[in-house]
Amino acid sequence: MTALVLLEIENGAVRQASRSAVAAAGAFGTVDVLVLGHGAEAAARLPGVTRVLHAEALSDALAEPAAALLADIASGYTHIIGAATATGKNILPRLAGLLDVQPIPDVIAINDADTFIRPIYAGNALATVRSSDSIKVITIRGANFDPVASEGGAATVEAVAFNAASQVNAAELLSVNLSTSERPELESARVVISGGKGLKDAENFKLLEPIADKLGAAIGASRAAVDSGFAPNEMQVGQTGKIVAPELYIAVGLSGAIQHLAGMKDSRVIVAINLDPEAPIFRVADYGLVADLFTVLPELESAL
Amino acid sequence: MTEIERDEMEFDVVVVGGGPAGLSAAIRLKQISPDLNVCLIEKGSEIGAHIVSGAVIEPRALEELLPDWRQTDAPLRTEVSEEQVLFLTEKRAFPIPGLNLVMPHMTNHGNFVVSLGEVCRWLGEQAEALGVEIYPGFSGAQLHIEDGRVTGIVTGDMGIERDGTHGPNFTPGMILRARQTILTEGARGSLSAHAMKHFNLRDGVEPQTYGLGIKEVWEIPEENHRPGFVQHSFGWPLDDSTYGGAWLYHFGKNLVSYGFVTGLDYKNPHLSPFEEMQRTKNHPAFRPHFEGGKRIIYGARALSEGGVQSLPRLTFPGGVLAGDSAGFVNVPKIKGTHTAMKSGMLAAEAVADALNKNEPQALGLEERLRNSWLWTELHGVRNIRPAFAKWGAKLGALYAGIDSMLLRGRAPWTLHHPHADHETLRPAAKTAPIAYPKPDHKVTFDRVSSVFLSGTNHEENQPIHLKLRDPAKWLPVNHTLYDSPESRYCPAGVYEQEQKSATEWDLRINAQNCVHCKTCDIKDPTQNIEWCTPEGSGGPNYPVGM
Amino acid sequence: MKVLVPIKRVVDYNVKVRVSADGSGVDTQGVKMSMNPFDEIAVEEGIRLRESGAAKEVVVVTIGAQAAQDVLRTAMAMGADRAILVKTDETLEPRAVANALKAIIERENPGIVSMGKQAIDDDMNATGQILAAKLGWPQATFASKVTINGERAEVTREIDGGSATYGVPLPAIITADLRLNEPRYASLPNIMKARKKPLETLELSSLNVDTASRLTTISVAEPAERQAGVMLNSVAELVEKLKTEAKVI
Repeated sequence: MTALVLLEIENGAVRQASRSAVAAAGAFGTVDVLVLGHGAEAAARLPGVTRVLHAEALSDALAEPAAALLADIASGYTHIIGAATATGKNILPRLAGLLDVQPIPDVIAINDADTFIRPIYAGNALATVRSSDSIKVITIRGANFDPVASEGGAATVEAVAFNAASQVNAAELLSVNLSTSERPELESARVVISGGKGLKDAENFKLLEPIADKLGAAIGASRAAVDSGFAPNEMQVGQTGKIVAPELYIAVGLSGAIQHLAGMKDSRVIVAINLDPEAPIFRVADYGLVADLFTVLPELESAL
Repeated sequence: MTEIERDEMEFDVVVVGGGPAGLSAAIRLKQISPDLNVCLIEKGSEIGAHIVSGAVIEPRALEELLPDWRQTDAPLRTEVSEEQVLFLTEKRAFPIPGLNLVMPHMTNHGNFVVSLGEVCRWLGEQAEALGVEIYPGFSGAQLHIEDGRVTGIVTGDMGIERDGTHGPNFTPGMILRARQTILTEGARGSLSAHAMKHFNLRDGVEPQTYGLGIKEVWEIPEENHRPGFVQHSFGWPLDDSTYGGAWLYHFGKNLVSYGFVTGLDYKNPHLSPFEEMQRTKNHPAFRPHFEGGKRIIYGARALSEGGVQSLPRLTFPGGVLAGDSAGFVNVPKIKGTHTAMKSGMLAAEAVADALNKNEPQALGLEERLRNSWLWTELHGVRNIRPAFAKWGAKLGALYAGIDSMLLRGRAPWTLHHPHADHETLRPAAKTAPIAYPKPDHKVTFDRVSSVFLSGTNHEENQPIHLKLRDPAKWLPVNHTLYDSPESRYCPAGVYEQEQKSATEWDLRINAQNCVHCKTCDIKDPTQNIEWCTPEGSGGPNYPVGM
Repeated sequence: MKVLVPIKRVVDYNVKVRVSADGSGVDTQGVKMSMNPFDEIAVEEGIRLRESGAAKEVVVVTIGAQAAQDVLRTAMAMGADRAILVKTDETLEPRAVANALKAIIERENPGIVSMGKQAIDDDMNATGQILAAKLGWPQATFASKVTINGERAEVTREIDGGSATYGVPLPAIITADLRLNEPRYASLPNIMKARKKPLETLELSSLNVDTASRLTTISVAEPAERQAGVMLNSVAELVEKLKTEAKVI
């Protein structure tokens, strides 16, 4: 069996989500990767990768030629894998359409070469599914697979040509507008720091900012904090707000009402800081600190 | 409000509220006069979404409404198979012996344990099949009154922003014109309240009194399930002067309906109906039923408990009241479904008659009521609930036995409801605080995780639908005098008193959590909390099983 | 130009779903169903395109049981002109749905297929992309803004870390993300009018397409509940744990 992983490159480095996909692909035997545009060198240094296929003329910003190329080279592979990112979810299902297979998105666990676990109903249930397709097209949830390291491998790099790209009926990229805010978007942030009613007012809510800056974190809020006017509604994390699953979630002065937990319980590591040892947030936190947030926050800021 | 241009639509009859009363009325109307144009609106997102009831129902009214219901797929599937009424002390339970003699109204032979939400969905299908136009997701916001006569209703506006301005999706409510309007909104309905006030329908009648019912549905292991098992309790954990008790029914597919009713004439502001309900589950007579099970639904509603003494006049120019909007619960029986259905049917018959004769007011309703079994039944039990209020749980139960066994409901006297529920609270300083146990998160739970199971939501940018008529009153009255009873009686945790500083306190209103039980509208000591109808579809979303 | 909007009837987003006791799936019996929220956004976008003059007609289509016609009525109450119910009692995967939609599209010839980016039941996020591939059309997934310039659409898409704008030759598939618009209410008069709008029903089998499943659901389980972790005594200890044990900072 051989797996092919579509890599995403950011600033010359392989994105962490893609490195998780490479780690997951290891379950299927030999791992090749495909790089569109720049970044083949970084890809070649990933441990566990045998071959880097490099299509320099293409870009992962356009699904139509990318999927067409993948379909062209798919026949040598049993599994074609991407990260469950906006890019992966744009390209891989299109590839599945070209191959006439049913894609398996958001895989969180691999039971065997045909059997996968994926969340349904916004993570309220986990389905174990078996695929009968000869080529499995899969996207991988990064949070569930430890990424391979960025360095340590020495794969060969082979250029692949895709001459038919100009004949694909494709959209055209006009402009890219990466978020200029220093802070990442809540839903895609690697780290989220959220505040609750314990912050007492909108002014204190700003205490989260310097820590968020140091961690490159997005800032969230509980519904109670939003309802009290400490933070705007778009910051609300929870059942009625945004659902997040970052690597690290820091809950500050929020009790952990069940509506809030529903929006963040899939985070990989949860830290809770609250004065009330009975707060429900401690029942889901990996690390808890019963302390006054007004002394903890400045300490944390200087310790980071 | 500035003038808004509203669409209009004309019907013969508009029914407000898709519970058992409204649906029965709509069905009856189409049975009597198939040509009548009947429209029914329901504020819940679908029929059944706001229905909470025990429920053991007596099929009497259903037999009359749809005589062949046993041959259909009607969701009355679990017949009562065993039953008991328990008097509880903290550790023990004493079954009431000879139930059919001392508490004949409490016997349930031939009755069914149902999900009333499911029954209402089924009734809705029957109504639609007869040609009733049903519109869920639309609330009745105002009565449409012209020349002293109700000529329909106005549905709620949608898309109003928190600050009262019209948002980009503002959709004005519509005037649903009707020759007759039937109000079946359930306990403490807003339009019903307006009609009662506008037409002085309560002049000379006793105040309505209420209970708050809080319910959970559990799924339990099959080996523990006893389909048709029915258990009621009174006594512990309430003190002798507080009316109320628990129910527990096994029904459906491994489901258990558990709940607790607290009479809202309770006096101690420290009392929390939610916590009473939770801690009763710890009693040895209840706890084993929940072991190994999983709680799946939660909800609450108020029910009227006044009985015939508190019934308002039922008709007014252009409309009628029926069901719990008027107050047709048989409290000693703990049943309001067959009475609601019958009252809806009687209302429909009177309304059809009035339409036929082209009379503005369905005056014949009162006479139809007095000639029906519904009156006989409610009149016979009229003294039991007030006896509990007057003499407490133990003597009240004794009186109930005497009234039923010796007097057979024909006592030559009538006991009264001297106070409305908002008048009964005593100052916090003069009453004993109650120490409730902490939830164990297995059988007993906190409020917030409970509300989560009601599927409650409201469009979040709409104006707060729970208002303080005079915000300045809250601190001296609710906070200082009564220690914020709303933070305890609300089963959804809508009200929280918050300490701003050493001396400053404030009331937070989490209106989005509201399960539409109306308790705040009933119990606030100065009637300072006003429950306004929120945007349609808002509120709980109870699934089948509730 | 015609806009075709495929929509799906799903368990309402307010419903707390439960895994069935036998682990075969999610209990959907008797729970409230409604239009997939992303599809509502796609319907709204179609109606806005018609209101702006860019489109002439908005047609909604769903594939499902007879009961699925209620979401078609809702879409028509919002403003869609007519509806097609492709009837089947089976649950179809995105690949099969795409095959069926392709047959409908070949009949209807829309200029734009506006659809939700994913359904909130199976969370597949795939039907639009598969359909685009099978039609050989361009795709603009996760759209947050759409404008039409003659034969092209300009679509802003949500991408990781921001947004990007694409020129998309029509016909094309556009899948709606949350921020595309805020769907209007279906007003009562419009609900009444929608009851009289045309709704065509056809059997899935009459389309003669491959709707076989390629995935078998072996079991459905509830996610494991999180267990409480350790209580720490100081900020220094916390930072240390995050660095060395959890390796997240």
